[in-house]
Amino acid sequence: MTVKVKVTDLTKIFGRRSSRAKELLKKGKNKSEILKETGATIGVDRANFEIEDGEIFVIMGLSGSGKSTVLRMINRLIEPTSGKVEIDGQDLMKVDKKELLDIRRKKMSMVFQNFGLFPNRTVLENTEYGLEIQGVDKETRKQKAIEALKEVGLEGYYDQYPDQLSGGMQQRVGLARALANDSQILLMDEAFSALDPLIRSDMQDQLLDLQERLHKTIIFISHDLNEALKIGDHIMIMKDAKVIQIGTPEDILTKPADDYVEKFIESVDRTKVLTAENVMIRPTTINIQKDGPRLALKRMREDEVSMVYVIDNQHKLVGALDVMDVAKLVKEGSRDLASIVSKDHIPTTSPDTPLQDLMEEISQTPIPYAVIDDDGRLKGIIIRGSVLGALTGNEVSEFA
Amino acid sequence: MLNIIGLQAIPLAKWIDSLVNELTKFTEFFNVISNFIGGIINGFQWFFDLIPFWLFIIIIIALTAFANKKKQNYALLVFELLGLLLIVNLGFWRDMTQTLTLVLTSTLISLIIGIPVGIWMGKSDTAELIFKPILDFMQTMPAFVYLIPAVAFFGIGMVPGVVASVIFAMPPTVRMTNLGIRQVPTELIEAAESYGSTKWQELFKVQLPLAKSTMMAGVNQSMMLSLSMVVIASMIGAMGLGTRVYFAVGRNDAGNGFAAGIAIVILAIILDRLTQALTKQKK
Repeated sequence: MTVKVKVTDLTKIFGRRSSRAKELLKKGKNKSEILKETGATIGVDRANFEIEDGEIFVIMGLSGSGKSTVLRMINRLIEPTSGKVEIDGQDLMKVDKKELLDIRRKKMSMVFQNFGLFPNRTVLENTEYGLEIQGVDKETRKQKAIEALKEVGLEGYYDQYPDQLSGGMQQRVGLARALANDSQILLMDEAFSALDPLIRSDMQDQLLDLQERLHKTIIFISHDLNEALKIGDHIMIMKDAKVIQIGTPEDILTKPADDYVEKFIESVDRTKVLTAENVMIRPTTINIQKDGPRLALKRMREDEVSMVYVIDNQHKLVGALDVMDVAKLVKEGSRDLASIVSKDHIPTTSPDTPLQDLMEEISQTPIPYAVIDDDGRLKGIIIRGSVLGALTGNEVSEFA
Repeated sequence: MLNIIGLQAIPLAKWIDSLVNELTKFTEFFNVISNFIGGIINGFQWFFDLIPFWLFIIIIIALTAFANKKKQNYALLVFELLGLLLIVNLGFWRDMTQTLTLVLTSTLISLIIGIPVGIWMGKSDTAELIFKPILDFMQTMPAFVYLIPAVAFFGIGMVPGVVASVIFAMPPTVRMTNLGIRQVPTELIEAAESYGSTKWQELFKVQLPLAKSTMMAGVNQSMMLSLSMVVIASMIGAMGLGTRVYFAVGRNDAGNGFAAGIAIVILAIILDRLTQALTKQKK
């Protein structure tokens, strides 16, 4: 993967005494202390991150955390106080005015929270805007705009005005305007936050759908962790102008960097993010090619379970043994475990199955799910207790 | 008299006098302005003298009907017909066109100067800070006062009348242009910038179109204010309905004074409704 956007020590200080404020930052003072001392507001405090080509990078935080400022420094709508933004290796801080216009026109397009549509222009004229200011001729830009509008499912609305459309449709126009430019980077500033929950979810799906076809690099601002977890390949969490954690959705959920993130993820619907792998626990197993019934019985007693999984030398799942059957076998003095291994009725699943898809079955059968990989090897089992633990955020398995 | 606080009276009047005297030396400069304004005045007056009154009435009514084409206001059309016929009947037609010339010329010049200044104020906080008190001064200074330097620089006649009217009538255009531009939501400005608009593209494609209706409200106000100047301007020889009123005051002639006054009211109502209707025309 190549790095598309690289941000180094990006800092924004609002207010007059920014140099003094910067000194204090270096000394490790926090946002409110500096505000008290200098009257300057720290917008963003030395942010460092890299965004890969073709990924959706979500910047997450509450209002005032600096996430929108970070986004606006990437296209220099807000001039950074210090630090570096590189796009495809080009230092954005060193380009002159003309080059900057060119980068904004060709490389990045922005989508806004309240859509940012021009009320005096039709849907088509809005979509054409980016091309119009580049001086693209009428026919070409009309054609491209229509293409983009079709892409977002707004065929036939070309001559309507924005105020004649619903919020969701307006944001599709915003998205189409960004797509019409053919730029590789989309900057989306809380693009779906102003929409109703159901429409928001639709738009998220549509964005993922578009992304599958178009492979843009998308920088998405959100204050909604569920949204971030759903669409983000990587998530950066910000608080009080600082970057707190950067990671995949799983990282964020399973290894929260601090109390703040932990508190944040408390309210998340984990079933959508966690997979079988995240909630499985180590099963009690015996190796049918080595172990006998007495060992099986001993392990079950130790682990206080009534069932044991049977594997072979390659760690492949063979079946399961019930405690009653093993006890009978021991009484009879037989060592033939193979005769009592039950191969049916063991529900199995792959490690990357979302928990959401397993919830119903798990709640109905008392038999644990066996998690097996593509080669049939037993990776772990899912019991109700571990699922409940993961959902409350307490005991997420570390052993995967 | 001011010696009660131990100070000499500040010779403010003297300073201003000498300033005005200094300025009158720039004859060339004032001639250029005078010719420019005179040209516009002659142009309008030539046009109004050229067309007969009935054609003028038809044009006004057609224009109003066109501006209101979505929701026709028949009462207004009837009013315009009767009102203008009344002016003809009273023998005020030429006076009315002279007044209209004065108003249109002042409004036009107010726009030529006011809109760029308003845009500048809208785009720059420093400019706003500087111009705001100047505008307040221009609007609150009694309009009569402007007549004195106007005569000093431009003599008597229509031109100084227009100059005094412009000073008095321009502020609303400037203010409303400034307001209109500042009212454009930040997000739309950001949208324009983020797609790589130049400052000019931002102005002409986003800010001005969105500020248009606010700006038109300012233009309407400027027009009404310059109409209110016609009687005052008549004191320095600007011809028109104002002159009729001014003479009537001198002769204590209430009848003719009111007759000319009513003609001004009719003109004011027509101009006001017409510009408002043109403003509302959108999309």
